Amino acid sequence: MTEGRPPVLRAEGLVKTHHGEGAPARAVRGVDLSVAPGEFVAITGPSGAGKSTLLHLLGGLQRPDEGSIWLDGRCTDAFGEARWAVERRKSIGIVFQFFNLVSNLSVADNVELPALLAGVPPKQARAEREALLAELGLEGKERSMPGELSGGEQQRVALARALVNHPPLLLADEPAGSLDSKGTREVMRLLSRFHGRGQSIVLVTHDARLASAADRVISFFDGRIADDAPLDGTVPSRRAGISGVLELRD
Amino acid sequence: MRLPLLALLARGPAHGYELKQDLELLLGAAYPQPNVGQIYVTLGRLEKSGLIEGEDVEQSSRPNKKVYHLTEAGREALRVWFEETEDEPRVRDDFFMKLAVAPQTGLADQIALINRQRRQYLNTMRNLSKLAAAESRDNRIAQLLIEGAMLHLQADLDWLERCQEELEELE
Repeated sequence: MTEGRPPVLRAEGLVKTHHGEGAPARAVRGVDLSVAPGEFVAITGPSGAGKSTLLHLLGGLQRPDEGSIWLDGRCTDAFGEARWAVERRKSIGIVFQFFNLVSNLSVADNVELPALLAGVPPKQARAEREALLAELGLEGKERSMPGELSGGEQQRVALARALVNHPPLLLADEPAGSLDSKGTREVMRLLSRFHGRGQSIVLVTHDARLASAADRVISFFDGRIADDAPLDGTVPSRRAGISGVLELRD
Repeated sequence: MRLPLLALLARGPAHGYELKQDLELLLGAAYPQPNVGQIYVTLGRLEKSGLIEGEDVEQSSRPNKKVYHLTEAGREALRVWFEETEDEPRVRDDFFMKLAVAPQTGLADQIALINRQRRQYLNTMRNLSKLAAAESRDNRIAQLLIEGAMLHLQADLDWLERCQEELEELE
């Protein structure tokens, strides 16, 4: 399925140093990364490891000091602010920990806005919005304002907004970070479902439960990739694994 | 297995196969199912120690089955069991020892040990997620068992993360 297609996302030699008060913080210190079409990659690590900065670089929300990023084989080195904004409308969907919905727009308008901005005819934007909200179990909430919804519902609206233009890549920055465990399970279920249909996803999370839905888990420490592990559910056969964890002892 | 079987008998008499089915229904697919042989062996031991008593019941076309009921001693054993609290879970002792002694041996790298252990935990976490998805939402007990296993594993992963943070600084 991925043969002959360029990675949906590729990064080489990414470096980003934050210059604030005090000593410069080297948030990303030389990262190479490739995400194949349809792949679901989770990035985990302690807070302050630089994983959110990395995601911001990948979505063009911040620019790297060094290194390059390719989207579907297209080099983004020469992209300016406006071009990145277009990419975030068409080829990259992003969801954040705090949803970042437009608070004075209705749920329906929040979801339709990126489609209209991308030049989709209003009728089609509406159809897309209706389909997504139904899929995400948000029928009847179209006219609600974001503030009237629970956190879990707001995140589902944010997910609909991120996916309304069918971007090849979805970036998710701690999408369950401000949700309870029911909301977390819901986000996990939805990410898995979209992934199952071929959506490429890069997820930043400190929640191993969420990360375990991915095909690959990258452990990020101190601005660098410490480990990059495929998850295929195999554990050494010696007894351990799931039954070892669940066994109720006499 | 002894005390859960006793507890199932507190409700009323039952035979071995019924008890196996009760356990399965209660705990769902999440719990590694005991085989019926194990259950009969345990019931035999419980009977020997006077906690239950068995009574042969004739069946027309099949061999007799044994129906067990709880004795007063068995009921008391259950009371004691419910009264006691359980030991805390342990940090993975063997892994901790590996981590502690690795540098002196020159045979293993601590960070590599942590990475490998984390891979295993993450794969187990993935299997638990699948199990939770496959188990009926309505079986609260089974879902709670899986969630408990996941939270323990999350704590182990958090601890590995702390080990890695501390030990990488020394490098």
